Amino acid sequence: MKIFRTLSEKPWIPHPAGSEFLAKNYQKEIFIGRTALRFFISVVSVIFFLFTITFLTRSQFPDFQALAGEPWQPLSDASHLWLNTGALLISSIALHWAHVSARKNQLNGAIASVMIGAFFALLFLLGQILVWKQLIELGYYVASNPANSYFYLYTSVHGLHLLGGLFALAYVTLQLMKKNSLVTFSSSVRLCAVYWHFLLILWLFLFALLTSSTDTINIIAQLCGF
Amino acid sequence: MTHIAIADQPEEELHEPSSFVTKYIWSQDHKVIAIQYSITAIFVGLVALVLSGLMRLQLGFPDSFSFIDPSAYLQFVTMHGMIMVIYLLTALFLGGFGNYLIPLMIGARDMVFPYLNMLSYWVYLLAVIVLMASFFVPGGPTGAGWTLYPPQAILEGTPGAGGGILLMLISLAIFIVAFTMGGLNYVTTVLQARTKGMTLMRMPLSVWGIFIATILGLLAFPALLVSAIMMLLDMTVGTSFFMPAIVSLGEQLDYSGGSPILFQHLFWFFGHPEVYIVALPAFGIVSDVLSVHARKNIFGYRMMVWAIVIIGGLSFIVWAHHMYVSGMNPYFGFFFATTTLIIAVPTALKVYNWVLTLWRGNIHLTTAMLFAIGFIFTFTHGGLTGLFLGNVVIDLPLSDTYFVVAHFHMVMGVSPIMVLFAAIYHWFPKITGKHLHTGLGKAHFWVTFLGTYAIYLPMHYLGFLGVPRRYYAMGSTEFVPDSAQDLNASITVSALIVGVAQLIFIYNVIRSLRKGEKAESNPWGAASLEWQTPDTPPKHGNWGPALPVVYRWAYDYSVPTAKQDFIPQNMSEEEVERVDDSETSSTEGGEDVKNIGDEPVGDNP
Amino acid sequence: MKIAIVLIILVVGSVIFHFVSPWYFTPIASNWGTIDDTINITFWVTGIVFVAVNLFLAYAVIRYQKKKNTKAHYEPENKKLELGLTVFTTVGVAIMLAPGLFVWAKFIEVPEDAHVVEAVGQQWQWTFRFPGKDGVLGKTEVAHITPANPFGINPKDPAGRDDILINSNEVHLPKDKPVKVVLRSKDVLHNFAVPQFRVKMDLVPGMVTYVWFTPIKEGSFEILCEELCGLAHHTMRGRVVVDSVEDYQAWLNRQPTFAQTLKVAEGNPEQGKALYAVCGACHGQNGEGNLAMNSPNLTSLPEWYLVRQLEYYKKGIRGAHKDDPLGQQMAAMAGTLANTKSIRDVAAYISTFSDSPADKTVEGDPSSGYSYYVTCGTCHGKEGEGNFGLSAPQLVGQHDWYIKRQLENFKQGIRGKHPDDQFGFQMVLMARVLQDEQAVDDLIAYLNSLNDK
Repeated sequence: MKIFRTLSEKPWIPHPAGSEFLAKNYQKEIFIGRTALRFFISVVSVIFFLFTITFLTRSQFPDFQALAGEPWQPLSDASHLWLNTGALLISSIALHWAHVSARKNQLNGAIASVMIGAFFALLFLLGQILVWKQLIELGYYVASNPANSYFYLYTSVHGLHLLGGLFALAYVTLQLMKKNSLVTFSSSVRLCAVYWHFLLILWLFLFALLTSSTDTINIIAQLCGF
Repeated sequence: MTHIAIADQPEEELHEPSSFVTKYIWSQDHKVIAIQYSITAIFVGLVALVLSGLMRLQLGFPDSFSFIDPSAYLQFVTMHGMIMVIYLLTALFLGGFGNYLIPLMIGARDMVFPYLNMLSYWVYLLAVIVLMASFFVPGGPTGAGWTLYPPQAILEGTPGAGGGILLMLISLAIFIVAFTMGGLNYVTTVLQARTKGMTLMRMPLSVWGIFIATILGLLAFPALLVSAIMMLLDMTVGTSFFMPAIVSLGEQLDYSGGSPILFQHLFWFFGHPEVYIVALPAFGIVSDVLSVHARKNIFGYRMMVWAIVIIGGLSFIVWAHHMYVSGMNPYFGFFFATTTLIIAVPTALKVYNWVLTLWRGNIHLTTAMLFAIGFIFTFTHGGLTGLFLGNVVIDLPLSDTYFVVAHFHMVMGVSPIMVLFAAIYHWFPKITGKHLHTGLGKAHFWVTFLGTYAIYLPMHYLGFLGVPRRYYAMGSTEFVPDSAQDLNASITVSALIVGVAQLIFIYNVIRSLRKGEKAESNPWGAASLEWQTPDTPPKHGNWGPALPVVYRWAYDYSVPTAKQDFIPQNMSEEEVERVDDSETSSTEGGEDVKNIGDEPVGDNP
Repeated sequence: MKIAIVLIILVVGSVIFHFVSPWYFTPIASNWGTIDDTINITFWVTGIVFVAVNLFLAYAVIRYQKKKNTKAHYEPENKKLELGLTVFTTVGVAIMLAPGLFVWAKFIEVPEDAHVVEAVGQQWQWTFRFPGKDGVLGKTEVAHITPANPFGINPKDPAGRDDILINSNEVHLPKDKPVKVVLRSKDVLHNFAVPQFRVKMDLVPGMVTYVWFTPIKEGSFEILCEELCGLAHHTMRGRVVVDSVEDYQAWLNRQPTFAQTLKVAEGNPEQGKALYAVCGACHGQNGEGNLAMNSPNLTSLPEWYLVRQLEYYKKGIRGAHKDDPLGQQMAAMAGTLANTKSIRDVAAYISTFSDSPADKTVEGDPSSGYSYYVTCGTCHGKEGEGNFGLSAPQLVGQHDWYIKRQLENFKQGIRGKHPDDQFGFQMVLMARVLQDEQAVDDLIAYLNSLNDK
């Protein structure tokens, strides 16, 4: 393990002449962005991890009514959510394309992909709001059951993160217009794409959790020791 | 000293400030942001200090101050705790010292995201303003205790259950956003912006402490955010995350099925690492201060780094020791008592290594050094009482009593504040180019050190007696002798003296800024990089035309073969003046040794 | 140099303070002496480390103070020493931890022969429940809580019918019998703590927690709530009286079962009318009160409050203080009511009166009074309407001179100091907020302004 090797260095012993400056690339933009994004993704993961811990704990109280499982429950038919998932998937792929096109120096392709990505991300958000509306019409309000509360909580926090990503994407695109540097754009949009993939995976996880039946949730909770 | 040739340097955009506003207000310079953070944090800290004085007045002299009613008392307790822990200590150590020291100590021109860094400060300021606003809403600030336990935090029957708690939760959420912006900056800067030759293990322990504390913060604050969001929802839209069925003040509420203990788990999953978010930077900084002023390398540098990392890791699996009597599954007690006492081992090793750093040193008893020694004493005391509370059965009689209050003030109040002052006296010459007045500094130290001990040592004994914390008044009870009231009065007197003595410090800072003795660029003869800047105080961009190159660790003090008693980190092997072999064993260090690291005696203040 | 000497003085001083301090653990009154033993072990281990580390620190400071032409020793690390210290510390930690875990294992395992008591917490009162003959506590639910069923026992659960209810903050326990105290809260977190028993545990709404101990000393011990539970947290006290087994049994036999409390007859106003004739002499035929006779307005007081106060007078809980001549008069009069039944009857009759207006004799600044009343209003209601759930009587409609006198009595401990007057005790603590007569007058002026609404 590299980390253990690093931590067991004896810094008071001088390095062999010349060897000490070889190992590292100093202060390269791309590493900076990547490191920051990794930490940011960890922070967001912890947030959702903790939400999920509370979800599993709360699900073991008798008043918890999962939203799916029995045919009359609203998320047993998850077709709307599947459509939204599709939109997010397309958005994620489009951003990846944007990065690839930029790297190949194809300006038009890059901009078109970003636009498609942004459009489908917005579509996803709109779709989520429609699902909310549907639930409300069916009488599944935010406070009427903890499972409902979690559905609104999870989707809104996830949506807010996507919204934040859209702002970042807009900023990156504006920078491209201003400076016209496809190289910078390529590395920035790559970070956006990674973030999008993360949000997609996160959504798939939430999707699975929220549409699980009571039995499935109980099994998961038991496996986790609640 | 060698620098990287300009051609080798990565291109960097430095937003050179052009006007007063961009230089001091909307500044993206990490040093200015650090000072903004520090001033704001110290300001709210003073508010919290006044609140603690008011609490002590009520406890020491009950029935004498009509404006302190039970609501006001609980509000003072709550705001004092929350401000001190989060808005003062966290902000000052990471936002203040982290911001100032990281780029200078690792040889960077600035944080990697200067704009984000600036934003972090302004968002922090917003959080502070929202928090302060809660003093002015109807019902006043929340009086739920700094732990904000539901259900009572959001129910009638607790002071500030309306606007107060709402603003508190919002302010916390804003603070977390600010901290995350800052924190991403600090870790990325440490990992990606170190100058040539600055390997991780060559970083000063201050950077290590701040770095690991920031990682803890990034991973722990989400727990507070999650609990704040869920409590906000319970409060505003009526969800039942934490709220079970309740008859509050004779009325059935609409909640059902929630779990108050779940909140406590979340809160302490944040709350315990929070202790180390404050303690680890203090550990790091005090190590550097001790080493510089003892003219000796920090003893067991590697052990110190490992201990910081191990303590950081362990701090995530000890949280439930705050909850031994919370009604959680009692079997957790075995696990958490064990992990808690295990964490004592690396912590004890750090204490040993600090003392061993002084052992066989050449100790300069400067003001900074006095505070550092004061820290070792108070931290040892506070750490050892932690072994009482961590041991699950001893927590049964002592939990929720004044023993707990005394313990955590010793370990998390007095000790870090000793380090804060040590750090300020140590780095003030670099930050401002002026020395603080030594006589005033020492007076400040003696009152603070002896005064705080006079507050907290007796307080432990109130806890043994069983006096509960968060009581507005004890009233007449059978088991508390009347003499305990005298003890309380004496604690209050000490507390007021210590509180007022902080004015000496403020006066000293203002006075020294105006007419303090001018400091040379490296008055203590320190080896670490921040003392090697071309300008004092360092200018925007820190390093002039070329970044420094690092050839050694930050602790080359009293190296036997070197002529000077310290070798700066950026001094290459060829530049070091060596003594002849025959002289190595002699005690002579050359003419230039004797004045290094002395404090100016200074005229009368 | 000074710092080293001060460190030595502090170390020696702390040790001396520890041994001479009169403030230390109360004499233990339960079986948990093992906890005290663990504390002693920890004291020795940590004490030795405290003394050793700090004396060594002081010695290092003295010995290695700055000297001219001296260099510090150069030694980056010393593996052997560090390893030795690690082992030494680990052993010390193990010595403290092992007995702790051992005792904890006993603490969470309740002995099989322990009898059960339930302590119920609410803002800011304690009540207790015993399982009755069947040895089983009836099921409870928050939804069942009503004024007639304050414990929220499910009326359909047969196990609950014979539960013995202690609607007071004082509970009796037999000496030398292990007891499992089951803890339940109706509203927020509370904590059941008795310093002399050493153990404590939170009460958590929505779940049931427990704590067990064996009282080993007869006597009366204070129960404290030690988990912040809102404004009047510091007034939430109770009492455990440890009796011999016989005395305990006798006490328990006097307490009502759940079934009995449900059957308590309502007061009969018809019969109360005759009894009231005596009262009317001072309080007026319509209960309107009379300044000249110092008698309060009865029409503004709720029936349950009248019953409680009459019982207090009768039992000498109120009106027994030597500086309370008016209370003594009332106690003598209440003594003429033969029994609980007659008290209920007369209270029922009084509550048939229609409201009579209150005197206004006190001048003050109502807006300043409001800031005081915020605290009072938590229990007595924002409009001073009172709250049965918190046992707080109505304040509006009462003569202001009467309220003023009662506040003074509470402040001086003339009223509320009797150990059985649990709510009086709370008022004694709360009335202290009003530190001078002006504050009392302002508060009353605010109450008068509520009267006008």
